[in-house]
Order: sequence, then structure tokens, then C-alpha cells
Amino acid sequence: MAVESRQLPPTLADGQSKRLLIKRVKGAVRSVLIHAGLIPAAFIFLLPFMWMLSTSLKPDVQFYSYPPVLIPSPLQWSNFPDAVTYITFFLYMRNTLTIAVLATVGVLLSSSLVAYSLARIPWAGRHILFILTLATLMLPFQVTMIPLFIVFKNFGWVNSWLPLIVPHWFGGALYIFLLRQFFMTIPMELSEAARIDGASEFKIYYSILLPLSKPALATVAIFEFIARWRDYIGPLIYLSDQELYTLSLGIYEYQSQYGAEWGLLMAASVMITLPIILLFFFLQKIFVQGIALTGIKG
Amino acid sequence: MATTVVTEGLQRRRLSQGTRHTINGLLFASPWIFGLLAFWIYPTLASAYYSFTKYNGVRDPVWTGIANYVELFTSDGEFLDAVYNTVYFAVVSIPLAIIFAFGLALMLNAKIRAQVVYRTIYFLPTLVPEVALALVWVFIFTPHSGLIAAPFRAFGSRGPCWLTCAEWARPTLVLLALWIIGQQIILYLAGLQDVPQDLYDAADVDGANFFTKFLNVTVPILTPVIFFHLVTSVIGALNFFAIPYIMTGGTGFPANSTLFYSIYLYKNAFHYLEMGYASAMAWLLFMFTLFVTLFIWRSARWWVFYAGGEE
Repeated sequence: MAVESRQLPPTLADGQSKRLLIKRVKGAVRSVLIHAGLIPAAFIFLLPFMWMLSTSLKPDVQFYSYPPVLIPSPLQWSNFPDAVTYITFFLYMRNTLTIAVLATVGVLLSSSLVAYSLARIPWAGRHILFILTLATLMLPFQVTMIPLFIVFKNFGWVNSWLPLIVPHWFGGALYIFLLRQFFMTIPMELSEAARIDGASEFKIYYSILLPLSKPALATVAIFEFIARWRDYIGPLIYLSDQELYTLSLGIYEYQSQYGAEWGLLMAASVMITLPIILLFFFLQKIFVQGIALTGIKG
Repeated sequence: MATTVVTEGLQRRRLSQGTRHTINGLLFASPWIFGLLAFWIYPTLASAYYSFTKYNGVRDPVWTGIANYVELFTSDGEFLDAVYNTVYFAVVSIPLAIIFAFGLALMLNAKIRAQVVYRTIYFLPTLVPEVALALVWVFIFTPHSGLIAAPFRAFGSRGPCWLTCAEWARPTLVLLALWIIGQQIILYLAGLQDVPQDLYDAADVDGANFFTKFLNVTVPILTPVIFFHLVTSVIGALNFFAIPYIMTGGTGFPANSTLFYSIYLYKNAFHYLEMGYASAMAWLLFMFTLFVTLFIWRSARWWVFYAGGEE
């Protein structure tokens, strides 16, 4: 009896563990297969950046060496200090930063006000305004590009940063949409209670809505900052004075009729890309939520 | 002075709540109302007008009727090249982007280790400034000696000519565009995480295997994301500009095979100062975009599944 009862549980456990083992093996095989798909993909996605980094640390003679050298030896760190003196790198960086920061501040202020109007104030025209806002997302930028250039030329704004900053102070359609969606999720009762207490709309916007919307506002700020940091066509159209150039335009100066200074060019590319990658690493959650939010209406 | 302030205050108190909301609504929206008029509606109308004129941006536009449109379709070979390249790019790259982004998101969604690391890596190329990305690609895709040639050299071959010959330049650009699907992967992943588990459980009870579950549960639930991806990528593909422009300086080299619609439009406007002609191109693009988008929108009722029941 005693022996049997001692033997029974082990057999039971044996059957269980067998099933568990099969399940575990199945799971392991599955995850190995998945990683077998994901790892090569990751390698391919990383390739441009790895090669950029690798080239930025290479002496000239190794650029086209075969077989390719991923980790150069010795590491030519001098490409980095050389890159920032070969062109006026820090001037371009300061220009880019100035434009990006001013545009971001403007777009945050204006878009949040407009989104507040669309989401939180019941007035007759807001639906039409919202539809018009969405409609602009469908409009190719080429349609407005030429008349805007003419307008800014008549203002005397061409070859200045104004065309790259001022329009952002009047709201961005995508951000208005994003913030509106977010504002809608905040209970209306909060506003109504504040209105009964005699709070003005601006007060409600400023001291209730904005503090509750920090994640959405952060998303907008990051998206806009990165968009301006990477912007190519705006500076291309409007800036002709070298002193006003942003990094996107200045980086061309590593190329000459004799070919490109690949080592310096890649060192500069690394320096341009790194701040954005760091931003992404630290604020990954906000990014992912923000992108998911743009697809909400789907 | 003092009395007007008092009466204003009194009137304000007497305003109905509806009126007050209208005033506040307009006030808060005023930056964008101005922005819409100044940066969207006026330029759109002005562009329509310019498209019927000969205009160099300096002297007054001269009305030429539909001459720009006629010229585009009858005697401009470069325009037709640009249309062909752009349509080719859209038709080939969009389905591939959907398949790859969806596929990678599916694999990421399996509860695996290091999901965040993979997601970050896939997202990386979308963060690299286009200038840097385009130039790295030119460097990597240097025929015979770039990094891309290495595997071909291992087999003693010289490999394709990539961006330097017409027959390879188009597919190469499609290939390059597939690198920038990080945002879409995140969208699909978000969509996949929203699929209710009980649907899978119900399918399990019915004895469904992996593929039937995929076709009958996963895909239908994700159709709104595919729809969103489709609409935005059509617009994106038709506007494809920076990368090929940076690579070639807008020359369309080789043999106009990288001359995309937006590049040709930009050149007309800012290199040749044919602002009227470029505006006609812009309006054709607008109409075409609208037509394709509406078509996709209309088709949505046949294939897009909304879990909420109605749209």
C-alpha cells in the first residue's frame, strides 16, 4: 500500500512532465524558428547604420577593401574631429537645432489650442473644420509648394528660416488630429465641473487638459522635432546662403568633383543620427504609442 | 471708457452658452483657421490658377488655357518617364512593404525574448536622416567594390550594376524603400496586440490550425491597419522625392530611370522656373491621388473588417 501510494504520484508526474516536455520542446522549436527569421532581418535592418559607423572609423584605404572590413583596425577616430572642421558642422547643427526647436514649440502651442477647440468646445463649425483638417492630409505637398514659395518670396522671406518656422505656429493637421483624439478620451465632466466653477476655457485648457495630456504632447513634440531635424526639401527650397544651411544641406560639402570624403561623411552622418537614436531609446514608449495612435482611425 | 467695459461685461454675462462656445471655439481654432486659409486653401486655389498659365515666378502669369496639360500628355517624354517610374515604384514597393511589415510584426508578436530589441532595430532606418541614409546606400551599392558586391565577388561574379544602370536602378530603389518600414511594423504590432484572445480560443475549440486561424481571425482583424498602410503608402510613394534626389542630384541618372514624378515637378518649378507647368503637374498628381484614395476607400467595404460593426 505504502509502496503503491508512493509509486503512483511519480507515474502521474511522469505523464505530466512528458506532456510538459513535449510542450516545451514545441515552444522551443517555435521560438528558434522565429528567431531564425528575425535575426537575419535585424542584420539587414542594421546594415546601413553598421556600415555607416564602421566607415566612419576607417582610414581611406579600407573603404573598398575586399573582403569587407566591419571592425577596422586601427580605429581611425580622427575622422570625427576632422569631420567637424572640414565643414562648418557646428554652425549647421546650431541652425538645424534652432529651426527644429522653434518649429516644435510653435506646433505644440497652436495644435493643442486647435485640438482643444475641436475636442472640448461644442460649437457648430467644428465638424467641418475637422473634416477640412483631415482633407489636408491627402493633399500632396507639391500642390501648395509653388504658391507658398511665391508668397514667401513676396514677403522677402526666401533665403531665411522664416518659411521653415512660421507655418508651424499655425498648427499641423496630423498633430491636431492626434491631440484631438487624445483630448476626447478625457472625461467631459472635468470640463463641465470647471465651467460651473466659473473657470474660463483657457484656464480649463491650461490647468486641466494640458497636464493630463503630457504623453500625447510629448509624442507631438518628438515627431515634429525629428521631422524638422531630418527635413530635406524645406531647406532645399528656401535656403541658399551657406551660413543658413541645415545639416541636411551642409553634409553635401564632403563631396567634391574629386569624389566624396566617405570617412568624414559617415562620421558626420553618425553624429547627425545619434541624437535621434538616443531620443528614441529613452522615449521608446512614447514613440510606439504615438505611432499606434496615428493608426487608430484606420 | 469705464462704462463700455461695464456694459461689455454685462453683455458677456447675457450671452447664451451656445454663443459663448462658438466664440471660444473660433478663438481657440483661430491659428489653424488662418493656417488653413493661408497655407492650404489659398495655395491650392492659386496652384489651380497657375496650372493654366505660363509663369516663371517673377513676371505676371500669362493665361494659356489647357496648354500645359496638353503639352504634358502629348510632347513631354520626360513626364511620361516620371509617371512610369513612379507607378512602377508604387505598384512594386507597396505590396512588398505590406507583406514584409506584416510578416515581421507577426513574428515579433509571438511571445519571444528580446522583442523590444528587435523592434528598435527594425525602427532604426526610419530615424536616420534621409540624406545620411541615401548617401550610405550609394556607398554600399557601389557596383563591383561596395559592400553589396562582396557576396558576388565571393562567387567570382561582379554582381549587378545596381544604381548605375537603368534596368537595375528601379528595382534597387524598391529594395531600398523596404528598409524604411519601421513605423508600419509598429502599427501592425499594435493591431496584433488588439486581437481578442477569445477569438483564437473559439477557433481552437473548432479545431482550427495555424493557417485557418491566421486567415480567418488575424487577417480580418488587421484589415483596418492594412487599409491605413495602403492609403498612406500610396500618398508616400507618389511623393517619393528626397532619397532619389539626394542620390542623383535630381538628374534621373541613369537614363531617367530614377526620375520620379516629384523630382521632375521640382525641377520644372525651381530649375527651369516653369512654375505654371509644374503646377499643372501638381494638380494632376492631386487628382490622381484623390482618385486612387477614393477607389481604395470605396473598395474598403468589400475587404475591410471593422470589429465595431459599422465604420
